[in-house]
Formats: sequence, C-alpha cells, structure tokens
Amino acid sequence: MSQGPMSHLKVVELADLVAAPYCGKLLADFGADVIKVEPPQHGDEARRRGPFPDDAPDPERSGLFLYLNTNKRGVTLDLGSEQGRELFRRLVADADVLIEDRTPGELARLGLDFQALRKINPRLIVTSVTPFGQTGPWAGYKSRHLTTFHASGQGYLLPMNSPDLTREPVRGAGYLGEYDAGVTAAIGTLGAVFKRGRGGPGQHIDVSKQHAVMHLEKSQLRRYVDDGVAPDRTGMGRLLETLVTGKDGRYVLIILSSQIQWKGLYKAMGEPEWAARPPFDTQAGRSANYPELRRRLQAWADGHTAEEIFHKIQACKSASAPVYDAEAFLQSPQLAARDYLVEYEHPAAGRLTHPGRPYKFSNVSWQGERPAPLLGQHNDEVFGRHLGCSQDDLAKFREAGVI
Amino acid sequence: MSDNATSRPGPLQGVRVIDFGWVLAGPYATMLLSYLGAEVIKVESRRRVDEQRIAHRAGLSEEVEASSNFLEVNLGKGSVSLNIATPEGAELARRLVATADVAIENMRPGVMDRLGLGYDALSEVKPDLIMVSISGWGATGPLRDYTAYAPCFSSYSGLAHLTGYADGEPGTGTSSNDARAGTAAAFAILMALNIRERTGEGQYIDLAASLALNALVGDSVLEYAMTGESPARDGNRDRLMAPHNVYRCKGEDRWISIAVGDDTEWAKLRETMGDPPWAADETFATAAGRRAEEDRLDALLEEWTLQYEPMELTELLQSRGVAAMPSFSAEELFNSPHLVERGAVTEVAHPVLGRRQAVSPPWKLSETPASIRSTAPLLGQSNDEVFGRLLGLPAEEIERLKKAKVIY
Repeated sequence: MSQGPMSHLKVVELADLVAAPYCGKLLADFGADVIKVEPPQHGDEARRRGPFPDDAPDPERSGLFLYLNTNKRGVTLDLGSEQGRELFRRLVADADVLIEDRTPGELARLGLDFQALRKINPRLIVTSVTPFGQTGPWAGYKSRHLTTFHASGQGYLLPMNSPDLTREPVRGAGYLGEYDAGVTAAIGTLGAVFKRGRGGPGQHIDVSKQHAVMHLEKSQLRRYVDDGVAPDRTGMGRLLETLVTGKDGRYVLIILSSQIQWKGLYKAMGEPEWAARPPFDTQAGRSANYPELRRRLQAWADGHTAEEIFHKIQACKSASAPVYDAEAFLQSPQLAARDYLVEYEHPAAGRLTHPGRPYKFSNVSWQGERPAPLLGQHNDEVFGRHLGCSQDDLAKFREAGVI
Repeated sequence: MSDNATSRPGPLQGVRVIDFGWVLAGPYATMLLSYLGAEVIKVESRRRVDEQRIAHRAGLSEEVEASSNFLEVNLGKGSVSLNIATPEGAELARRLVATADVAIENMRPGVMDRLGLGYDALSEVKPDLIMVSISGWGATGPLRDYTAYAPCFSSYSGLAHLTGYADGEPGTGTSSNDARAGTAAAFAILMALNIRERTGEGQYIDLAASLALNALVGDSVLEYAMTGESPARDGNRDRLMAPHNVYRCKGEDRWISIAVGDDTEWAKLRETMGDPPWAADETFATAAGRRAEEDRLDALLEEWTLQYEPMELTELLQSRGVAAMPSFSAEELFNSPHLVERGAVTEVAHPVLGRRQAVSPPWKLSETPASIRSTAPLLGQSNDEVFGRLLGLPAEEIERLKKAKVIY
C-alpha cells in the first residue's frame, strides 16, 4: 500500500457530524493515520443524516459521512464502560493528536480530558472543537449548524442582496460554518504539530466554532467598528455585482465594481449604444440608476445561455461566473483538467465521486486510497494488531458491547 | 492587543513568509500565519498600491494609511515598498525569498512568471521553498486565465446556489468567501511546512479558490453522485429537523435561531412555551409531521418568540436544553459578555486609525499562543530593517534605490 506524506502522524478522532471530522479528513487526505472512534450501535451522527441513495436511511450509505471520513480507519468504543475508556487511553497513549468535539466537561467526567491524557502522553496535542469554546458563559450551550452560524454574525448579513429587512436572515450553504471550524482547527493543529516536531510541547487547542466563523467575517464586521452602525443584509443594493438569468433560466453573476470591469462587459455586450451614453457611461451614473441598469443587463442576458454570458464576459477580460448547482458544477471541464474529483469504491455504497483536494502540491502525488470506514471496520486491526489484544479479549469486548 | 499572549512565542516562530498577496485572500492567509508566530514581510509598492489601502465605498482614496479594510487582513506583518516591476526590484525580491521559507501570491496566473518571480525562478534561489499561488480557477485547465472575485468563487463552487430563501435568488455572500480561500491557503502552507520537516522538500501549491469553496459543500457533490439530484437552497430549514428556522423577536430586526433536533427537544420547547393548545396538535408529535406542516408550525412559533428579546429567549431555551441562539449583529458580537470573557474580541492600536476593536485569532493554544503580534504596517515601514539588516544593503545603496523608485 502506498503511503501519503503525513503517514507518520497518528491521530485519534472522537467526533460527530461535520466540523471536527472535517479537521480529521484534512489530515487523513494527506495520509495521516486517523483512527476514528465511534460509539458502538449507532456510530457518528452523520451516518443518520444522509443524503442516502433512494432516500433509504442506511448508516453505511450516508453521503455526508462518506465524504467527511475518507482515508480514516474506524473503530467502535463504548466510553461509558471502564474497558472502553481503558482501550481509548491505550489508543491515545501513542498518538500525536486527539481531535474531539464533546461538550466541555464531558471528557473530564470520563477522566479523558487533556489534563488526564497528558499524564499518559505528555506530548499529546488535543484539539477540541465546540460551538462556543471550552470557557465562558455559553461553553455548555447546545448548538447546531443553524444556531452556531447565526451566533457568528454571518447569518445576520445573509442573504446579502436583500432589498429590505422584512425577511429573516439565513444561514450559510449546507454546513458551511461547520466546515469553516474544521479547517480552522486543522490549521491550529498543524501549527502545534510543526512546533512539536522542533522540540515543542504537547498542548491543548481550544477552537470555538462561533469565533472561527466570526473571524472569517471580520472585513464586514469592522464596519461597525468604523461607523458605530452594524452592517446588515441590505448591503448589496449597489454597484458591486449583479445576477442575471440566461435564456436557459440559469443564473450568472456579473461583477460591476469598477470602470475596468464595465469596459469588458460593454465589449461583451457588443458595445450597445445606451451603455456608452450618460448616465450609464460612468460608475456614478450606473450607481444612481442601478435598477434600470439591472433591467438593461437582463434584457441583454435574455438572448444568451448562462454559459455563453460567462464565456463572453471572461473573453473580454472582465469577471463573471455561472451559478452552479452540484450537477452543473460536475460538468465543468475545469475539474477534469485539474484532477479535482476522486473516486472511492465503498463496500456498501459502491463507487462514488468525491471532491478531492482544491490545491495541487507539486511534490505530493498521493491522492488518498481508502473510502470512509464501515462502523467498527478496523476493530480487529487496531485493537488486535496495534494494541495487542487477543482474539479472546476482542470477543469479550464485543459481547460486553465495549466495541 | 492580547497583551499577555504577545510575549510568548507562537508555534511558527522562526518561519519567514514573503507575502506578494494583495486584496484579501492572500493577505488573509499570511495574517493567520502571523497569528501563529511566523514573520511575515509584505511586499507592496506605491506603483501598484494594494487595493485594500485605497478602495472605499465612495471610490478611491489618496490616503494609503487610513484604511480599516487593509488593517483587518494585514495585522502582524512587516512591509517593504518594492517595485517588483523593475529588474532591480525583482532581484531584491528574489534575494528576500532566498532568506524565507514560504512565498505567497494571488495575482492572475502567469503574472509572477513574467516578473521573474515564478516558482521556477524562486526555487532556484531557495530550493526547498514552499510557494502558494491562489487564483480563481487555478493555474491549469481551460478556465485558468479567467478573472475572479469572491462572488465568482461562491457562484461557480455551488455555495451561492445553496444560500438564500427557497423562493429567492442565489446568495453570492460576503467577502468572507475570499477569507475562506485564504484559510484554505493557510492550511495548505501548514501542511507543506510539516511535509518539509519530514522530507526536506519544498512545494509549489496551485490553489483554485473556486474549488476550495466547493470542498466546503462537498457533501452536495456526493448527494448528486448518489441520487442524481442537486440539493437546493432552503433558507434556514433542515431536511430532518423541525422547528429549524430563524424567528422574529421583540424589537426592530431582531431574530432568534432555533434548531429542535428530536421529539425530546420538541417536548422541551413545548414545556418552555407553557404547552399552548396548538402545540398539542397530533401532526406536530413527530419530526416528519412537523416537517410536513412547517409553514404553519413556524408561524405559530413566531407568535411566541415575538414576545421576547432574542438573548432572553436564548437563555430560557438553553436552560431547558433546546439549541437556540440570536442572529447576532456586529454590534452585539463586539459587546458580547461571552466573547469578551474569552478574549475573542480585543483591541488593536494603529498610528492613523487609533485604538479600535478587533476579532482575536480563532484558536486558543495552551502552550504556544496565537496572538495579534503587531498592528497592520505602514507602507514600507520595514524597508531599512529588511534591506539593511536582513539583506545587508549599505545605507547609501538603499538611498539610491529609493531615488530610482525601486524601493518605492
């Protein structure tokens, strides 16, 4: 079996759903040996979230779980039992990193928190990913993607093209804020791993999802610091960008933020007479007549498909992009040209296309090789071969529901 | 600034980064590295001023030191003013890179090559260099020359399609989508640094921002692969859970988000509401029933939320174990007791902008803390230190280069 460039890094992941598992995936997709610990019976909650083929729930065929757990090995452990906790401690004893997302205080009650684990592994890095962090009045609050995203301040700004404040703010796409927290956690973790490799200590990294998502929005949030007035979701009723629909009914984005952008667009439209005359010949004039400008751009767009509009404008060196759904995205020739997609053959779900790495590393050809694990798939390998438990032990653990 | 933290070194102490980035994605990436202790030297010039220094909503400004936009994504860096479009400037940039570990740029593919600052030229002076190029669609493939801004990344990647009301337009989002591309770049750099520790090899990293954003909705690609259908935007709603939405509260534009995960939490919510008769409706007894009648359910629930302040109601619901949080505005965040207690909001001082509130680095590392190590740089504030001390140019040579507008 070929090895990825990070195969020396041993990671234990005790995490559900999206954020912390994405942190684990980012490391596993570069070859880190990530052992995912799931509760016996039900496993990771993502196994119950779907999407499922034919909408038929099946814990081994959840698209969300399959995407977020590539290149990991999977074991089951009941941390409610002393034997389960003992096996967990042995797993962690020779690991470099533990990624966990339990409610603050839960691992301490089990005797498995950073303070306890560093006694058996002083060089361990523990990355904790929780909605509001390990400390502060909200540390114990319950949260899901919806509530965390809105607590970050990003929801209040969406949808950014609202005409007024009549309708409610909305959350980011899918599980966006959870993924954001996962990447943030991975950056902090790799920083600590880097330092440790140069003689640094083990340590605890506390990642608050709310804080991670808020930080991404700092360039908008600063408008409150500047003006004393909080920005809201009506910020786009002005001359920065617009959406038009092509004759195929698909949306295209057009950038309108400068005279240079306008020049390209003007050429792409075939240099129509109205666009060279006041008020449409200057940024100020276009801004003052924005609704009429949008109508005229739409009238032009009515004659072309979304793809035609995209390529016409880009051919004139201005910025534009089609608004793709998953299906349209997958048809873009750019993906094949960059080997973006990766196929994994999964024993229960079959052969499936996954998004791969969005960056090409000149010295990393390894692309990953292992689909997401079945529940407890690597129990024998990990507890038997690695930890040296006998077949008898394993049978007993199974009987007692420990694994 | 997070004072007690600044004295302790971050995990990337000893790593030097030469930042050819501009606008948002590139600068944001290197700011994250600076938080973690890397020394970041921004290469910029009056010949082509970083747009963030001068772009305002009203247009362009002459003043290059008064932009809070610039400050937000350039904290903790040094700055040299170097005209890399001149042969001497490019040569100095190469000498700078020779002393560094990482170089980053986010110009259009090909621009750095034409300046003699592409990976081939730079890896000649620094063979184990880690270099990252961020562009809209990457440096290869049919779309490589296409122009892109953050709304283009979110449109192409599938993010915009999944953002907004079910009956509304796609939501192309805010500048946070630029920051997301920068975050992906910072991750890639950290990964490459760790790989280099093991193999001794550098790396050229060609990052496509549009794909970096797609990875954050990667499950939607799996969904299409599995079912032949693309998921669509649906406001705040969820496919399994209900109630799961944002509800109006007492006051002007004030909202609470509530996500009820199962029937137990639904029972808790009913209890919190004082079990009104409408909630006893058999239809609402199961998640499937609540999903099926969600419009009616949401309207009824909102009659209740309207009587409360968002934070007051959040505390009430959280005390019963129901997931709820206000949809916070910037003002509420910067004044939030939780965020203040955690040090998530802090202050930075700037010679022109003064003392102002800022968001702290998004990690708490117990032994090697992340911190805002210094404010955003004035244009060229590190010239003497970098060209004099680091590259060893005599003072008169630096003067000559300034006159020749190479250092400019």
